[in-house]
Amino acid sequence: MSELMIEIDVLRYRPEMDEKPFTQMFEVPYTPDMSILEALQYIKDHLDSTISFRWSCRMAICGSCGMMVNGVPKLGCKAFLRDYYPKKVSLEPLANFPIERDLVVVMDDFIKKLEEVKPYIIPEKEKCLSEGTYQQTPEQMAKFKQFSMCINCGLCYAACPQYALDNKFTGPAALALLARYNRDSRDGGEAQRMKIVNQEEGVWGCTFVGYCSVVCPKDVDPAAAIQLLKVESSKDYLIGMFKPE
Amino acid sequence: MTKRKPYKRELPTDWWLKHAFYTKYMIREGSSVLITLYSLILAWGVLRLSQGEAAFNGWLEALQSPFSIFIHLLALALALYHTITWFSLAPKAVDLWLKGKRLEDKVIVAGHYGAFAVVTVFCLLIITL
Repeated sequence: MSELMIEIDVLRYRPEMDEKPFTQMFEVPYTPDMSILEALQYIKDHLDSTISFRWSCRMAICGSCGMMVNGVPKLGCKAFLRDYYPKKVSLEPLANFPIERDLVVVMDDFIKKLEEVKPYIIPEKEKCLSEGTYQQTPEQMAKFKQFSMCINCGLCYAACPQYALDNKFTGPAALALLARYNRDSRDGGEAQRMKIVNQEEGVWGCTFVGYCSVVCPKDVDPAAAIQLLKVESSKDYLIGMFKPE
Repeated sequence: MTKRKPYKRELPTDWWLKHAFYTKYMIREGSSVLITLYSLILAWGVLRLSQGEAAFNGWLEALQSPFSIFIHLLALALALYHTITWFSLAPKAVDLWLKGKRLEDKVIVAGHYGAFAVVTVFCLLIITL
């Protein structure tokens, strides 16, 4: 039998028995169309059923299978063995998050930050249902659409050294989501959100490394969202000097 | 009883050497050290100028040492690197819309190079005329 094989290193951590993570190597049959996620499923089905990892949709929509592939944050379903073969692939849980078990990380802090930015439309004036819907032109939608494509996979947080150094930083995805609502013509909550933006932990915690936008699987470009918010924050500061609230 | 025991990985101090993208970022930011040094040398020249001709000529002479030339070449290289990388990032901080469409990235980058050329020519004119 001459089946092609590929070696996959997986960082394992079993909290009930391990003091710290260790690397375990698996040999998986290689085919060019096999994704990293499929390779992990092969390992779980045939080699070691105790291995843990998150996944759901298999098509880069759910944002569950984020992990470090050879040190780069990627979605397991969107990364393919053919791009690494015949070299070894090393899989680790997403960087900058605590490890819950094996490739599963604790995302609580990330979720908390997403909630903190008031990610919902705050209308300037409540409209009565009988007045109809809030309408928007295609151009008004184009101003925020890109920033609404986020699937909350957390790859940008794993790519952000500022978040790694100080996790008080609000971070790329949450700030992009904030920008998405601030830029929406139907929204009137900008003043409330600018308080979050203006903080040191808001946009000013960003030093424009820009790697978040490189690793984003949905081309959201959080780095752009943050730089545009910095412009808004500066304007807010200048206006505040002449017109204190 | 919970068996949860989340494991926190330490960030190694050489994190910026582990990936070329981070290393390039650190060089971009680190260029500020030499650019600061260069501005201090210039400021020192202005101070020496205020102290008279002899003092200023002494400063000019000091600039001709091999070490000084090395520092200046290094500062020039880093300043150019900073400029090129910064211009390529500029579109991310510019949000210009024309006729319902966002201005293309390459137009914004070209605008920066254009402005850079105009300012350079202007400065050269001031110095030479």
